[in-house]
Amino acid sequence: MTAPAGAVLPGSADPGAPAPATPKHVAHRGGAANPSAAALAAKFGAAVKRTDVVWGETSVVVDGARLREIVQWLHDDPSQRYDYLADVTAVEFRDAAQPMEVVWHLRSLPFRRFLRLKVLLPKGAPLAVPSVWAIHKGADWMERECYDMFGIRFEGHPDLRRILMWEQYREGYPLRKDFPLRGRFSRAEQLRQALAANPEARYSMEELSIAQAFEDLPAAMRERLAGGETTGE
Amino acid sequence: MGLTVKPGAGVATYDPEQQENWITTRLDFLVNWSRSNSLWPMPFGTACCAIEFMATAASRFDLARFGMERMSFSPRQADVLICAGRVPFKLAPVIRRIWQQMPQPKWSISMGACASSGGMFDNYAVVQGIDTIIPVDVYVPGCPPRPEGLIHGIMMLQKKVMAERLSDSALRNEMEPDPVSGLYLAPDAIDEVSEPFGNSVNQTRSST
Repeated sequence: MTAPAGAVLPGSADPGAPAPATPKHVAHRGGAANPSAAALAAKFGAAVKRTDVVWGETSVVVDGARLREIVQWLHDDPSQRYDYLADVTAVEFRDAAQPMEVVWHLRSLPFRRFLRLKVLLPKGAPLAVPSVWAIHKGADWMERECYDMFGIRFEGHPDLRRILMWEQYREGYPLRKDFPLRGRFSRAEQLRQALAANPEARYSMEELSIAQAFEDLPAAMRERLAGGETTGE
Repeated sequence: MGLTVKPGAGVATYDPEQQENWITTRLDFLVNWSRSNSLWPMPFGTACCAIEFMATAASRFDLARFGMERMSFSPRQADVLICAGRVPFKLAPVIRRIWQQMPQPKWSISMGACASSGGMFDNYAVVQGIDTIIPVDVYVPGCPPRPEGLIHGIMMLQKKVMAERLSDSALRNEMEPDPVSGLYLAPDAIDEVSEPFGNSVNQTRSST
């Protein structure tokens, strides 16, 4: 079977590499680093602050101000080709002095490499990092989820709204350490606010843009569209 | 029977208010018998309970024996709402809307610990029992209940349907929510039934 045109075959950029196998006896710390980490340090210098290798996986702590540049280079450079953004998430630690971390999981299918980028957000600083949506379109919902759960703003995201909680949710950001497990409001108040939402009142931007293409729109939806709502595209 | 003889009058009078008459009783039985043996379920499966529900509907346990093989994925043609799984707050207006779209007569089964009480999900996102949103006829315990458990609940519901009386005016009460709060139950009642119990009383409300 031949691959369709333009398809990226895993490992295609690195034909001499051994066949992938599950590694055995991986050291907790100090294994061989992903070669991309050294390439990043050589290319971006002081913007790369630290490289850790934990359980055979390489984490690079980078400067948030240059994150988009770094992800763009990792995506475009023929020696890197990180073409798949697997995850965007954040970590907050119980230790109040420890900074919050925003984590990007990047994967290079042609080289079969995995790289974790981290940006540290010290306590007290504004919780904002650049969005990588312009490079990896798949970051859209992952960044929205991260915003929803942690309140981290992704600058440059086209449509940064809540995604898991409903948009009128006012109790805060559930995965933050200062968020009470059962929420801030009483159960009756939570239920009242949830039931006040009209399940049919809102459509996603995608649905709106699809509907815009058709003539037979309901009048109410046509009115809302006249307000100038557009998609991020 | 509604026929009584007043002392001293010497004639038999008929008082329909005093007791239900024989024909209505038999009509009750006929209607209830047909209803209870063709309860079309509206499956509202949100979690692992829905897997057990599917097992109940499949060939080994075979809901068709109860006249329930016809899954009604439209609430307009459904008789019994089976909520199988946890309901997050975001889904609360949806399940209420579905319940309101179901025509009378209608019943509901709360299947499993999560639908009945929130179960182990005593957190910010999960409704602590769907009885705070819609009226529930039968609660099926279990996490998840085995198909036998659900069938037992269905048979309990069938018994309940068989005991219904057409003359009962409170029977088809639509239970409109309170216009001010938008809630079915009083707010303090909701807080009371949502109080932490069991192991979750040992959890702190905040980590700070």
